[in-house]
Amino acid sequence: MVSHDDTEGLVAAVRAAYASADPLEIRGGGTRRHLGRAPSGTALSVGGHSGLVEYDPSEFVVTVRAGTRVDELAARLAEAGQVLAVDVPRLGAASTIGGAIATGLSGPSRPYTGALRDIVLGARVISGTGEVLNFGGRVLKNVAGFDVSRLMVGAYGTLGLILDVTLRLAPRPEVEEVRQLACAWPQARSALAAWEAALPLSGACYERGVLSVRLSGTERRVAKARAVIGGDPGALTVFTHLRDLSGDFFAQGGDLWRLLVPPDAPWDPVETVIDWGGAQRYWMWAGEVSAVYAQAQAARGQAMRVWGRDRGASPWATPPPATQALMARVKAALDPRGILNRGRLYPDW
Amino acid sequence: MSNPLAQSLQGPWPAAFWRGLRRILPADGLLQKPLDVAAYECDGLPVYRARPAAVVLPRNAVQVGQVLALCSEYGVPVVPRGAGTGLSGGALPHPEGIVLGLARLNRILAIDPEGRRAVVEPGVRNLAVSEAAAPFGLFYAPDPSSQIACTIGGNVAENAGGVHCLKYGLTTHNVLALKFFTADGVLHEVGGATGEGPLDLLALMTGSEGLLGVAVEVTVRLRPRPPATVAWLAAFRSLADAAASVSHVVSDGLVPAGLELMDTLALQAAQDYTRIPYPAGAAAVVLAEVDGDEAAVTQDGERLREIFLAHGAFALQEAVSDEDRRRLWLGRKSAFPAVGRLAPDYYCMDGTIPRRALVPVLAAIAVLSRDYGLPVANVFHAGDGNLHPLILYDAAQPGELARVEALGAEILRVCLAHGGVISGEHGVGVEKLDGMCAQFSAAELATFHALKAAFDPHHLLNPGKAVPTPARCIEPGGMHVHGGRLPFSHLERF
Repeated sequence: MVSHDDTEGLVAAVRAAYASADPLEIRGGGTRRHLGRAPSGTALSVGGHSGLVEYDPSEFVVTVRAGTRVDELAARLAEAGQVLAVDVPRLGAASTIGGAIATGLSGPSRPYTGALRDIVLGARVISGTGEVLNFGGRVLKNVAGFDVSRLMVGAYGTLGLILDVTLRLAPRPEVEEVRQLACAWPQARSALAAWEAALPLSGACYERGVLSVRLSGTERRVAKARAVIGGDPGALTVFTHLRDLSGDFFAQGGDLWRLLVPPDAPWDPVETVIDWGGAQRYWMWAGEVSAVYAQAQAARGQAMRVWGRDRGASPWATPPPATQALMARVKAALDPRGILNRGRLYPDW
Repeated sequence: MSNPLAQSLQGPWPAAFWRGLRRILPADGLLQKPLDVAAYECDGLPVYRARPAAVVLPRNAVQVGQVLALCSEYGVPVVPRGAGTGLSGGALPHPEGIVLGLARLNRILAIDPEGRRAVVEPGVRNLAVSEAAAPFGLFYAPDPSSQIACTIGGNVAENAGGVHCLKYGLTTHNVLALKFFTADGVLHEVGGATGEGPLDLLALMTGSEGLLGVAVEVTVRLRPRPPATVAWLAAFRSLADAAASVSHVVSDGLVPAGLELMDTLALQAAQDYTRIPYPAGAAAVVLAEVDGDEAAVTQDGERLREIFLAHGAFALQEAVSDEDRRRLWLGRKSAFPAVGRLAPDYYCMDGTIPRRALVPVLAAIAVLSRDYGLPVANVFHAGDGNLHPLILYDAAQPGELARVEALGAEILRVCLAHGGVISGEHGVGVEKLDGMCAQFSAAELATFHALKAAFDPHHLLNPGKAVPTPARCIEPGGMHVHGGRLPFSHLERF
C-alpha cells in the first residue's frame, strides 16, 4: 500500500479553486463517475493521498486516507484478522475508500451490521474555502459538535473533499458461507423474520425464485444455522457481486434503481433482485421514471437512481422546495462558492 | 442567571405576540405565572437555572409549527424541551424566550412489527417504545439510564446512548426518519424506510441539541429481542487489572451488549446503598452482558471467563435469570445516587477515550486525584471508553470548587491527549461549552455556526447552547451535583 500524505497539495488546489471560483471534480479511482449526475469541473485527484494514518488492531478502529484503495485496505486489515464492519462496495479494482464514503452505498450486510455511515466515527475534510476541518473522533461515543462526518457519507463530495476517515472494524468471521433455497418471496420473508434474531446472518437476497442467505460467525454457530436453514450450499460471489453491483444482472443495459422500502413490502414482478432481507429492491428500468417513484411511494419507501442514461437527472427525487432550499443552504455553509463536485447531486449546487 | 426582563410576566414582547400564542394553544397550554413556570427553570443539571418568559405546551405538531412561526415573526428565542432529564443544561431556559415543552405530543402513532419500525411523537418516553414493541418480540435498542422518563425527542436531540449501545449503537444508528420544523415553522421530512436520503440531514439533526430544528415525528428501528441473555461479574484485586481485562475483551473482538467498570470507591458506595455485597477484597469489578442465540451466549461467556481469569479475576458470578441479572446490575445502576452520599457534592465528567488507553488514563486520574487531594470515583461504560470520573468535594469549602474545576480540566486534557473527546453521551449544552474550545479549532467552530445559520439564520432555537462563540473559549467543564441530589433522583443514571 502506497502511503503518501498529500494534504498540502490538495489544500492548495482547493484554495486556488476557491479564489478563482472554478469548480473541481474530486476524483479517486474514477470507478464511480457513472453514478449520480455527470461530473464537471477541473479534475482534482485524491488518489495520491493514500495509506493508513493510524491503525491499532486492538482498538478495532482504523484511520485511513481517502485515496486508499478499498481492496488494499481490506488486505491490510485481513493481515490482522479484521474486516471493515460493513460491506463496502468496490466498483472496480481502483475503487477508493473516499469514493465509497462519498457515494455512501452500503453492501448486502446492511440490515445485520449497519450501514456504511454507521461505522464512520470521524472525518477530516477540506471545506470549500480550503480549510482543513476535523469532525467526530476515533472513539465510539462522541456527542461534541454537529455530526458533520456522517453528513459527508453519500453527499457525493459536494460538502467537502474527504481527506481521511476513521472507521469501525470487526473481527474476520471464522466461517462465511452461503445457503440457497428455492421458495416464493413471502415465504422467504417470513423465514428471514424468524431467523434474524437467532442466527448469524450477514446477508439475505432473493433472485429468480431463490433465497440466498449468507452466514458469518464461528464454526459452531454457522453449523447450527446451517441445520436450521437447510437448503443447498451457494457461492459467496452471490454477495460480493451484489456488494460491487457486478455480475449478470448489473451488466444489463438500462437505468439501475434502488427502491428502499420496509422489508415486508410486497414483491413486484419488475424486481429482479431483492437485497437487504427485503429492504432494498433493484430495478433495471427503461420505462417512465414516474412509475418507479409511484411504486416506491406505494410501498412507503423511496427510490434512488444509481446510474442511468440521462446524466442530467438527479439520483434522488427533488424534495419539496423548502427542504431543497435547506439543503442548498447546508451546501453553502460548507462550500460557499459551490466549487466542490458541483451538480453531482442536484443541478443548482 | 437572573434577568430583570424575565421577572415581568409579559417579558419584552408585544401584546400581539401573547394574543397570538393564546390563539394557537389550548387554554392550559400557556404557562406564565412564576409558580407555573418554576418547574421549567432547569433540566437535569440544576446548577444552571433561568426563568423563561413563558412555557408553551402544544398538543400536536400543527401547534408546534404555528408557535415556531409566531416566535420567528417576533424574534422570540425558543428552547425545546422533552422530559427535562438532560445532564448538560441543554434545556436551560432563555430568560427572554419561551420553553417549548413537547411532552404532550406523546402518542405512539404506529408499531409496524413486519416493517420493524415504530412511528412516535417526540414526547413518547423511551421505555414506552420498547414496551409497545414487546408483544411482537421486538425492542428499541438505545436505553439511556433515564429511559423510564426521558423522551424520544430528547434522545434524538442528544444522540442518547445507554448500556447496550456498545453492540446496538446510539440513537443515530436507530432512527430511520424524522419530521421536524425549522425555526421558521416550516416542516421538513428526512430519512425514509432505511434512513437514507440525498444529504444525511438525519445524522446532522441527531445530537444537534435542539439548535437546528424541533422534531415532531420520529420513526425508529425496532430489533428482534435476542433469545438469550447472560450477565457476568468479575472481581479484581486492582483497578489496572480490571481495566486491562476490558481492553483485552475489546481487542479480542468480543462485542458484549454491555461492558461496565466500577472502582473501589464506587463499589463501597453501591454496596452500602443496595446492601448487595460484592466479593470481599475487590478493588474493581467488571460487569458484562452477552446476548444472542444460545451458542453465541455460551461461546462469548466462555471467552469472557478466560479473559477475566487471565487478568487475575478472583471471583466470577454468572447471572442467567431476569432476577439474578437485575441484582447483578442494581449496584451499577444505583452507583450515582450511592456515590452522592459519600460527599456533599460531586462533579461528573463524560470524556471518551480509545479503549486501549483505559489503564494509563485511569492511572493518570488516580495520580491527579492524589495531587489535588480530591477523591475520584470511577463507574462507567468501559466497553466503549466512555469515562464518568466523579470528583467528590464540598462546595461549602472556600476555593474547593475552583480546585475541582482545575482537576476536571486536567482530566479532560488527559482524555484529549489520548485521542479522546470531551463528551461521550451527556451533550455539550451550556456545561461543556468551554471544553468545545479544547476539542475544536476556530475554523471548525465557525463551520458549526454556519450550519446553525443554514437552519436557523436568526439564532432563535436554543441560542447559546452546544457551540461556543470563539470569545467564550476558556476552560473545560463538568457537571455539578449538590448534596447527592440529582433532579429526578429516583431515576437510574448514566
